[in-house]
Amino acid sequence: MVVRYLGAEVQRMEDPRLLTGHGRYVDDMTMDGMLHAAFLRASQAHAKIRSIDTSRAADLPGVHRVFTHADLGEKYSHRMNQLYPAPVIEQNKTQYPLAKDEVCYVGEAVAVVVADSRAIAEDALALIDVDYETLPAVVNIMTALEDGAPLAHADTTSNLVGKMRSAFGDIDDAFAKADHVFSAGFMQHRGGCHSMETRGVIARDDPWGDGLSLWTSAQSPYLIRRALATWLDEPEERVRVVAPDVGGGFGPKAGFYPEEIVISLAARFMKRPVKWIEDRREHFMSTTTQRDQHWDLEVACTNEGKILGLRGTITHENGAYIPYGILLPNSSLTPLPGAYSIPAIDVGVNIVFTNTVPNSPVRGAGRPCGIYAVERMIQTVSRNLGIDPATVRRRNYVRPDQMPYETGATLRGGAKCIYDSGDYEALLDKVLELSDYSSFKDRQAAARKEGRFLGIGISSCIEDTGMGPYEGTTVRVESSGKVAVRTGAASQGQGHHTMIAMIVAENLGVAPEDILFESADTSKFPHGVGTIGSRVAANVGPSSFDAAKKVREKALKLAAEILEASEADLDIEDGVVRVNGAPDLSITLGELAIKLSPASALRVPAGFDPLLEATSYDGSSGSPIACGSNVAEVEVDPGTGEVRVLRYSVAHDCGVMINPMIVHGQIVGGVVHGIGNALFERMIYDDQGQPLTTNYGEYLLPLASEMPRIDVTHMETPSPLNSLGVKGAGEGGTIPAAAAIVAAIENALEEYGVEIDYYPVDPQYLTGLIDKGTVQAAE
Amino acid sequence: MADTRDIELKVNGESHAASVETRTSLGDFLRHGLGLTGTHMGCEHGVCGACTVMVDGEAVRSCLMLAVQANGHEVTTVEGLADDDGTLHPLQEAFWKHHGLQCGFCTPGMLTSLAAFLRDNPDPSEREVREAISGNICRCTGYQGIVDAALDAAKTMQGN
Ligand code: FES
Ligand code: FES
Repeated sequence: MVVRYLGAEVQRMEDPRLLTGHGRYVDDMTMDGMLHAAFLRASQAHAKIRSIDTSRAADLPGVHRVFTHADLGEKYSHRMNQLYPAPVIEQNKTQYPLAKDEVCYVGEAVAVVVADSRAIAEDALALIDVDYETLPAVVNIMTALEDGAPLAHADTTSNLVGKMRSAFGDIDDAFAKADHVFSAGFMQHRGGCHSMETRGVIARDDPWGDGLSLWTSAQSPYLIRRALATWLDEPEERVRVVAPDVGGGFGPKAGFYPEEIVISLAARFMKRPVKWIEDRREHFMSTTTQRDQHWDLEVACTNEGKILGLRGTITHENGAYIPYGILLPNSSLTPLPGAYSIPAIDVGVNIVFTNTVPNSPVRGAGRPCGIYAVERMIQTVSRNLGIDPATVRRRNYVRPDQMPYETGATLRGGAKCIYDSGDYEALLDKVLELSDYSSFKDRQAAARKEGRFLGIGISSCIEDTGMGPYEGTTVRVESSGKVAVRTGAASQGQGHHTMIAMIVAENLGVAPEDILFESADTSKFPHGVGTIGSRVAANVGPSSFDAAKKVREKALKLAAEILEASEADLDIEDGVVRVNGAPDLSITLGELAIKLSPASALRVPAGFDPLLEATSYDGSSGSPIACGSNVAEVEVDPGTGEVRVLRYSVAHDCGVMINPMIVHGQIVGGVVHGIGNALFERMIYDDQGQPLTTNYGEYLLPLASEMPRIDVTHMETPSPLNSLGVKGAGEGGTIPAAAAIVAAIENALEEYGVEIDYYPVDPQYLTGLIDKGTVQAAE
Repeated sequence: MADTRDIELKVNGESHAASVETRTSLGDFLRHGLGLTGTHMGCEHGVCGACTVMVDGEAVRSCLMLAVQANGHEVTTVEGLADDDGTLHPLQEAFWKHHGLQCGFCTPGMLTSLAAFLRDNPDPSEREVREAISGNICRCTGYQGIVDAALDAAKTMQGN
């Protein structure tokens, strides 16, 4: 009898350790002889470095060494590698691990102090004298490409990183035959990472032993191993990268950072382990963020609100360097046309350098921006034609009978974007019911009589999840009968241990508690990609399923020989193979492992290799497309511009759910991140490129007191693209959220004619729009 | 030479004597001086609440308190919440059951803040729980599992 775990709300296996204070995050680790590092960071957004004098810092008692670019030596004097090369990148600017002669954003690493303690290292930073020659800085993306705009890099003639576009269908025909053409322009601002654990690195270099080892708070240890080895021009085999417990990732921890190189070199030069823990101010200034994107769009539609075409231009802020290539602008384009069947699209992106921190994906990457844009155009059509926004959506959704639906767009890597499965209109129906949408007008009218302004907003999305190429798993039964499961995929709180243990336990026939799970250590598993883009369940899910099944087959085959029974009569339960109907005939998985790998002079059973083990790289044959529809209900105070989210409802489909409790947690957490984007999170730079919001008094994150209860309901449309039918769930909460909130605010303020062209919608901005509406109404 | 003082304090029921730099925060002392790394530093400027511990039973941000100020006081950290025999505190049990944690980084501060809160407010409403943890930032969970856990734990603790 098979014990079923898949689909059950199994409590997480990682929790007892974390709940009792026994997690192991980078800063919890210590090593013999370990030194501590602190970085001096650029105080100017754009400047030439005339000279750096580190002598006073080096003289401070407790300081061991101070390194600048020059101190690293000729061998280590080159720029960082471009990890995501692409033909559209016209100016491939990556940074030096420590700035050479120019700094291009506030927070760029300029020097590092290595000392007995972090406190002493930080004291020494104040004693380093840098002579800067200030250069003009470019901050505003709307003017960055104009003639005469300040240049982000002194040796260039333009701030253009490159251009790209997504174009398919006959766009001219679509606009020629349209009954209506409407346009909208809007700015989208997404904030930073703000994982509660900042970044941190420990490096140890042992040239005669293990080589270079790095413990780093990261999402992609294998990418870091490759990037670091390449940069050092050393074999990957001699670099070990471990991501221990990581206190949140959300995208910005998916890259490769200058500090990972510098701390490695510091450990090498000092011949001692070196630790660096980012402080929160550094996190604001130096951890990559997702910033401004301006969209100018035109939509062509019929009198009924059927959309025929979408065209326009995006201006995408890239920051000072391009550590993630064009991942972000690309993932802003690929979600077009959203959940809708839009026959023609032509949208281009200009990617521009600014003197701000380099950009990276943040939860959802460009997808929340792309979906926001499509949803804004749906709202625009709805408003201009006076058709209910739910109805406009119904008239445009991709229908189940169109699946698999090829949008015309191309995913990164060149594959066609194909919606594999889902029923978008049914999801809308579910969320409308969950949110009591049909009775909202009564609620709104009743509240209005009390002088309160309620509004409701809908947003639908698709999400390409589970990108390849693979994320493998090894399953091995040990002689103890315990099952070692190893994978590359790093966890930052998504519960991978539990999810994978459930899959292996069910398909091998052991208890989840008997699984020894290890991940994210390049010395434990040979290859991996990274935890990004909601890809782990759709890649590790199938590989762990496949590996467990293979181990089971092997165990049954051997047990059948030993027990002299037919394989068909055998079953594995709780780690014991039994013959059906003959309960006394049994052998444990541990005993089988020993039979396969006997002591010296004995023989491995004929036809077997000596390990009760299997490795699989099975994944998804394409990107499973998850989908969702959300409804936000808000109350706005027109006097103060305060927005309160009263209710938030989600209908989501991520295919088969392995552990609904974990999926639920991902959705709710994701929605709150999206509400933060819509209402609170704003990283402000002044026109000189000085960051103005560098603590949690100035930069607002969503708090429990401001968040509503979030109601979630699911559909489970199995993806045909992998063996488990799963789709990713990590970002589906975030992607549609801002559009739902913004639509709800506009709905609440309909009598003021408020049209929102920017988020986060903070009170100052909103009262400005309300005042404008009031004046216009009076005129 | 760094300015140091000798202090004596109780942490999770155990007495400690140490010589600490006057500028060392209580949080850094617990983590790096005593090796009690369950207490986390999320912002080091008093907003995120990850570093919360109980000092004489009151929830305190250990990044804003100096170690020397803890001289003569009793500190409880997340490591001290469970019983000696390993039985989890009702809050820990409830966090586990209601998926009140993902990455676990905010969790120690959530648990200590709520332990102090529930002692003074044994039967809180959802709104009161949300206010009580409004000084604790969680980037992962969206707070819902935490709130549900706190309400459930309150029930359990009242039953006892
Ligand atoms: S670390 Fe103390 S409040 Fe954030
Ligand atoms: S669980 Fe990650 S910050 Fe709360």
